[in-house]
Amino acid sequence: MDMKVAKKKLGLKEKYRALTRDLGWDTTYQTKDAVFPYVGYEGIKIHDWDKWEDPFRLTMDAYWKYQAEKERKFYAIIDAHAQNNGHLNLTDARYLSALKIFLQAISPGEYAAHKGFARAGREFPGVGTQVACQMQAIDEIRHAQTQIHAMSNYNRYYNGFHAFADTRDRIWYTSVARSFFDDAMSAGPFEFMIAIGFSFEYVLTNLLFVPFMSGAAYNGDMATVTFGFSAQSDEARHMTLGLECIKFMLEQDPDNLPIVQNWIDKWFWRGFRVLGLVSTMMDYMLPKRVMSWREAWDIYGVENGGALFKDLARYGIKPPKGWDDAEKAIDHMSHQFMLGLYQWSFGTAFHSWIPSEDDMNWLSAKYPDTFDKYYRPRWKHIKKLADAGTPFKNYGLAKLCQCCQLPTVFTEPDDPTLTCHRETVYKGQKYHFCSDGCQHVFENEPEKYVQAWLPMPQLFQEPINGDLGAWMEWVSLRDGKDNGDYAGSEDQQNFEAWRGLATTNQ
Amino acid sequence: MTVAAIREYIGVPRDSVENFGGKQIVYASWDRHLLFAAPFLLCLPPETRFRDLVDGPLTALLQADPDAAAIDWTKVEWLKDNQPWTPDFDASLAANGIGHKDQLRFRTPGLNSLSAAA
Repeated sequence: MDMKVAKKKLGLKEKYRALTRDLGWDTTYQTKDAVFPYVGYEGIKIHDWDKWEDPFRLTMDAYWKYQAEKERKFYAIIDAHAQNNGHLNLTDARYLSALKIFLQAISPGEYAAHKGFARAGREFPGVGTQVACQMQAIDEIRHAQTQIHAMSNYNRYYNGFHAFADTRDRIWYTSVARSFFDDAMSAGPFEFMIAIGFSFEYVLTNLLFVPFMSGAAYNGDMATVTFGFSAQSDEARHMTLGLECIKFMLEQDPDNLPIVQNWIDKWFWRGFRVLGLVSTMMDYMLPKRVMSWREAWDIYGVENGGALFKDLARYGIKPPKGWDDAEKAIDHMSHQFMLGLYQWSFGTAFHSWIPSEDDMNWLSAKYPDTFDKYYRPRWKHIKKLADAGTPFKNYGLAKLCQCCQLPTVFTEPDDPTLTCHRETVYKGQKYHFCSDGCQHVFENEPEKYVQAWLPMPQLFQEPINGDLGAWMEWVSLRDGKDNGDYAGSEDQQNFEAWRGLATTNQ
Repeated sequence: MTVAAIREYIGVPRDSVENFGGKQIVYASWDRHLLFAAPFLLCLPPETRFRDLVDGPLTALLQADPDAAAIDWTKVEWLKDNQPWTPDFDASLAANGIGHKDQLRFRTPGLNSLSAAA
């Protein structure tokens, strides 16, 4: 007679082993090199993939359980927000410009990161790395989806949210974030990990998410705050993965150091440029501000970043090459961006505006060495033009940087009154840059960056041929609704009317 | 190595002059006049007379600056490729040696209504 014996349940440690390392196998009818063709050409040497430490020891079944729970909470709050007209709790509809930029440029970046990590998980031969990348790939697509869902409520009431996918593909300023992720995804798997896993997720992400989510909380945007909470525990895992990856590369072989250092230099600078617009959100676009960009940089850049590079010094890693130039730009960049956004606002799917007298006084208190000296005179003149009924629109379009694809709005690191002009010739063609940092990135791999799809020169090629109206249609920009000055916009009128209905008896 | 790749890789530039239907790109900017947030991108036929570039699109774009009316074009100092340079106003862009995507800069010492000293 057979006796039924209850199978012993696996202990946590055994279960972890079975669900991660045990999933790997050795190739038999194909060589390992043929199965993992991209793991060698970058020059990174790995001797023992088993030395990869899984920072979280999370198994897939536990992962699904946690994520499902977070989704349930997230959608409960999003539904409540929609049903209770949560959009009327905003401090002011100017706030939505920050959200529109986020949806058009950053949420597609989450999706790109999903694709990148899915690919990295496929390219790395180590099982621990594969599992960690797989989880992050799923996190990133979840972030893209939850962000889009959180912001879709605003699309029912406000302009500029309706065509974020077209905007992502076609409008000029989103190519900055898109080219950043395209650059990372078309690199090898190790560079991708330094680009996104380390530089973006570890060094720079706090400059994006902390101010952005606090900004949402300060300005009554419960939908975005809820997304932030839902993503927070994932972000902690991503940061740890990024750090683990860089330490793994540096511990495996001393020859990896110069390659990794070069990537850190490159991706710090590219990340600094792509996150530059956050400075404008913080200093100009939040009706109720959390802190200045300068204050955020001092905490998350100088203090946290400084401590990180001190920690990595034992491997021989130095702070990124562009660090000093970044520091010199901090007190200028938000003003340089906002002045640009205002004069080109006929071509943006969000609103910008002239800062009020109160706003300018706040800016001069936060930027005592730069705002009154360099930027207030320009805003005062722009205000004068608007008051005279001839608002300033710069139809000149802008020279873009061949590397970061931003308009070249930046000044010389040591002379804030002079535009930074940098150019080089490669194979008989001329290329322009916003900074030494971007020129260095180009000169390291010119064959990659000559292919850049720069939106401004493209506007003068087929099929648009310089026709601004045709361009607006092509990028799904509705003239007079999505673009232009916030003052007098439909968003402003609607928000004030609806809020009036909610808070008065008129 | 000009790009990290598994085999030889040649990129195709997107902004070659052939793509502009007989025109070319010229960048122009006014030093120390940062009301204009970035250099202007102009798209013109290479046969355009330099004078027509200045009197036409450039002058129109500069109107928003309070110094615009005071520019004396006979005294303006020019740079091309960041080097001092003297244009022939009556010659074409091509005859002036202004190639595709060249950057022209000009300076107007003494005119600086909106610019602080460095």
